[in-house]
Amino acid sequence: MIIVFGIFLITMLVITAIATVRSENLFVAVMLLGIFSLLIAANFFILDAADVALTEAAVGAGISTVLFLGALALTNENERSRQGMRWLSVAVVAVAMLVLIYATFDKPAFGDPNAPVQQHVAPWYLEQTPELIDIPNVVTAVLGSYRGYDTLGEVFVVLTAGIGVMFLLSAGPTVGGPTLKRMPKNAGIGLRHHPIPRVVGRLLVPFILLFGLYVQFHGEYGPGGGFQAGAIIAAGFILYALVEGESRTLKALPQSALTGLMVGGALLYGAVGLTGILLGSSFLDYSVLASDPVTGQQIGILLIEAGVGMAVTGVLLSIFHAFAAREMI
Amino acid sequence: MDIFLDIVSWTLLSAGGVFVLIGGIGALRMPNLYTRMHAASVTDSMGAILVLVGVMVQAGLSLASIKLGAILIFLLITSPTSSYALASAALLSGIKPEEKNSAGQRELG
Repeated sequence: MIIVFGIFLITMLVITAIATVRSENLFVAVMLLGIFSLLIAANFFILDAADVALTEAAVGAGISTVLFLGALALTNENERSRQGMRWLSVAVVAVAMLVLIYATFDKPAFGDPNAPVQQHVAPWYLEQTPELIDIPNVVTAVLGSYRGYDTLGEVFVVLTAGIGVMFLLSAGPTVGGPTLKRMPKNAGIGLRHHPIPRVVGRLLVPFILLFGLYVQFHGEYGPGGGFQAGAIIAAGFILYALVEGESRTLKALPQSALTGLMVGGALLYGAVGLTGILLGSSFLDYSVLASDPVTGQQIGILLIEAGVGMAVTGVLLSIFHAFAAREMI
Repeated sequence: MDIFLDIVSWTLLSAGGVFVLIGGIGALRMPNLYTRMHAASVTDSMGAILVLVGVMVQAGLSLASIKLGAILIFLLITSPTSSYALASAALLSGIKPEEKNSAGQRELG
C-alpha cells in the first residue's frame, strides 16, 4: 500500500517538474514549485524522514514560495521567449539523465538491509545514542553532535547566502539603468484595507510563533530543530508583514536585531565549539560542558540548535525585507 | 465496540473522500473562476472535516486526536480566509463574476 502511494507521489513529482519547466508564466511556475515541495515532503515522510519532511515543507513550500513571489514582484510575470541553443540544452539534460539512470544500477535495492547506508555508521548511532546523549530523536543527535561540523558548515552557508542576497538587493541604481528607490510608497499599507485576512493573520501569528518555539525546543524528542523552527518563526513574521505592512514589522523586529540574530546565531554555534577546546577537549565536543558528559551533550545540542534557529530566522527575514524594500521596476 | 468505531470512522473517511472527489470534479468542470472556487471549497470544508474527524475516531482519545483537532480548527479558520483573499484578488484584477471566461463558454458581455 505504502509502495503504491510512494510511486504515485514520485509520478506526481515528475509531472509537476515537467509542468514547472514548460510553464511560460513565472507565477504559475512558482505555484508549481510549491506543489513540488509539498509532494517531496510527503515522500520524505513516507520514507520515515520526518525531520527532512518538516524542513522541506517549511522552507520549500513556505518560505521559498514567498521569496520567489517577492522576486517576481520585481520582474515580469512571463518568461522571455528563448531563441536558439534549445537543442544543446536538451542534449545536455538528456546525457546527464542517462548518466544518472546508469548510476542508479549500482545502488542497492530500496530498503535493502545490506546496503552500505544501513551497515556503516547508522547501527552505531542507533546503539550509542541512548547511552552517550540520551535523547529520543537520533536525527537531532547525529545533526547536532556526531555531525556537528557539517551543521556548523550549513549554518555558515546560510549566513553567507543571506549576506550575498542582501549585498545584491541593496545595491544602488546602476548608471543609466532603471532607478531604484528604497521603500515603496505604499510600504506601510499591507493588507490593511482587507479586514478579514488582517484579523485572521493577526490571530494566527502568535500561534505560529509558539509552534516555531515548540519545534525549536522539542527537536530532541520529535521531528524538528533549529532549521525548521527558524523557517516557521520567519513565516510568522512574514505573515505579520503581509497583513500589517513592512514598516510595522520592522518596528517590531528591526533590521539591526535581524543582523544580530543571523551573526549571533552563527557565532553562538562557533562559540560552543570553542568552549569545548577551552575546557580541554576538541572543537564541538559538548561532553565537557557539564560535569556529566551526557548532560553536557544535551546542553551543547540545545545551544547549537538555538544558534541554528537564530541564524535561519535572521537570514530568511533579512532576505524577505531586502526583497520587500525594492520598488517595482 | 472496536468494529463499531471502525465502521463509523471508515464511513466518515469515505464520505470525506467523496466530497474531495466532488470538489475536484467541480474545480475542473465549472465554467468560471468563482464557481470553480465554490466547488473547490467543498474540499476544504466538508472534505477536510469528515476526513479529519474520521482519523480522530481511529486515533481515539489521545494526543494525536488533540493535534488533529488543532489542525481542523486551523483549517476551518484559514481556508475561508484564503478563499476570500483569492476571490478578492480576482475581483480586483478585473475578473467579473458574471463573465464566463473558460474555454468554449459563450461570453455574456
